[in-house]
Amino acid sequence: MNVLRFSKLLFGSATVFFLIAPLIAILPLAFTDSVFLNYPIPGYSTRWFEELFTASVWQRSIVNSLIIGCGTTLLATILGTVGALGLRDRQLSPVLTTIKTIFLLPMVVPAVVLGVGMQLMFARYGLTNTYLGVIIAHTVVAVPFVVVNVLAVLQGIDRRLEQAAASLGATPVTVLKQVTLPLALPGIVSGAIFAFATSLDEVVLTLFVAGPNQRTLARQMFSTIRENISPAIAAAAFVFILGTILIAIVLKFSRGAKQANI
Amino acid sequence: MSNPFIRLEDVSKSFGLLTVVEGLNLEIGKGEFISLLGPSGSGKTTILMMLAGFENPTSGAIWAGGKRIDSLPPHRRNMGVVFQNYALFPHMTVSENVAFPLKMRGRPGAEVTERVGKALDMVQLGSLAERRPSQLSGGQQQRVALARALIFEPEVVLMDEPLGALDKQLREQMQLDIRDLHRRLELTIVFVTHDQSEALTMSDRIAIFNRGQIEQIGKPSDIYDHPSTQFVAEFIGETNLVRGSVQSIEGGTARVQLPGGQEVFIETATDLRPNGSVCLSIRPERIKVGGREVAGNKITAAISDVVYHGDHLRLVARSDSQALVVKTDRSQPTLSIGEEVQLSFLPSDCWVVRP
Repeated sequence: MNVLRFSKLLFGSATVFFLIAPLIAILPLAFTDSVFLNYPIPGYSTRWFEELFTASVWQRSIVNSLIIGCGTTLLATILGTVGALGLRDRQLSPVLTTIKTIFLLPMVVPAVVLGVGMQLMFARYGLTNTYLGVIIAHTVVAVPFVVVNVLAVLQGIDRRLEQAAASLGATPVTVLKQVTLPLALPGIVSGAIFAFATSLDEVVLTLFVAGPNQRTLARQMFSTIRENISPAIAAAAFVFILGTILIAIVLKFSRGAKQANI
Repeated sequence: MSNPFIRLEDVSKSFGLLTVVEGLNLEIGKGEFISLLGPSGSGKTTILMMLAGFENPTSGAIWAGGKRIDSLPPHRRNMGVVFQNYALFPHMTVSENVAFPLKMRGRPGAEVTERVGKALDMVQLGSLAERRPSQLSGGQQQRVALARALIFEPEVVLMDEPLGALDKQLREQMQLDIRDLHRRLELTIVFVTHDQSEALTMSDRIAIFNRGQIEQIGKPSDIYDHPSTQFVAEFIGETNLVRGSVQSIEGGTARVQLPGGQEVFIETATDLRPNGSVCLSIRPERIKVGGREVAGNKITAAISDVVYHGDHLRLVARSDSQALVVKTDRSQPTLSIGEEVQLSFLPSDCWVVRP
């Protein structure tokens, strides 16, 4: 019994260590005062954070990430919510099951494949090297997260609430606005957060469809590590992690609010 | 009915291959309290859903107030619906819930406030107006649901097992409250339930559903005293079903022989044929123990069980192969298991039911 417990603990800790070891390796380097991205750290400073927020390439990439992230969040949340409303708890006919699978497909299709396809298509419509192109590309991979989250909440909403609203005189549109959407809000919020996180993190599609003007933070890190391995990457990674933790906290909060409500 | 308010004409409803309601005709008068009673799956809730507009009939027509409504969407039917699980909007306060139908109708704010206040007072919940539904007890939530369904003065109120989730005492209180509201506001109420005592105490008329059709419809006392089929007799109240064969018919009385050879006299209401077999329903409370009744049927039986119920005793007595349940008051001398007794009942207490 004790052996079992001990081995569980051991394997658990080993797994967690395996998952976060890269973070442990990179984060301290954000505070190095050396120009090289390696250990040992000769002294500590915040010069790379200054670099990150003052050097124009980095500044630009942060702004780009925010523009593209917000655009993606908006588009993916609207599309994903509408999609989830359509897929909601019908007796899933073969057609709808297929549609649902298609909605979730971008989660499993290799990004490289999507990237090649998008570049070809976007070139035809003049969308390569535009913000809109990058936003559309990110939206494709972000929508499944919204669909999954919103669908989960919608399936938990009692249909009779909507029936009650209709019987009390609410038109279908009013039922949607006053009952369905407010009750689905927690799912929509977490879907939106996932969409934003997906966009922030996306590199592969960005490489294919973004021009030099749409370099996102993730894309900038990618090229920096290949070109000059500056510790600014570590600082960027630190900002990223901080953002992620913030998102996780917001998610947890919105889930908690949802549970308190129902 | 000379001038029905709601009329269902040959209404059928199928879900795929499953027919839930079949060729149903039903008329409901204005101001009537009608209960749709039946086991689960008998189609009673589907009728309600079609009246509310949440389901469309597969065939047939539904009329209300002279208009055909079966293809009208729910929000244009002006019917209040009360659900078993209350279906209050969890993201709104009690007063927002009750105000909802008035806001949908674009009533001015001052009028809404005033009417919501009145409606909440009507169900004695004025002090809880700013609470959320989740902060209320089941009974309070149901009162809010009632206020919400009544505030816009709907022509018809549909109730789908509204008291099913409440405990016994609260349920009985709410039964009286709903009956009182029905009388005071002259509401037309269609009440779906599977609880026969609820239907008996509350309704003007009861429609007994079985397998998508109405088995019998009538006043509670008619249905209880004169069930037309075995199903109705067993579903409403408790009964003894006794089979026998008709020996002879004289005037209004028939002589029926029971399987064990004993003979009873019954009043003939329906077309009985000599030598035909009949099924009789005899209510347990109609059977007297001791045989002091004068012009009644008498059966000798042995007591096989005595159960104490507080206000009455419930006996099981065996006569040949037939077990009879008897409800008797406690003024009886003590009865013990195995004792032979005379059971007596009047010919008019034997009611012939169709199998």
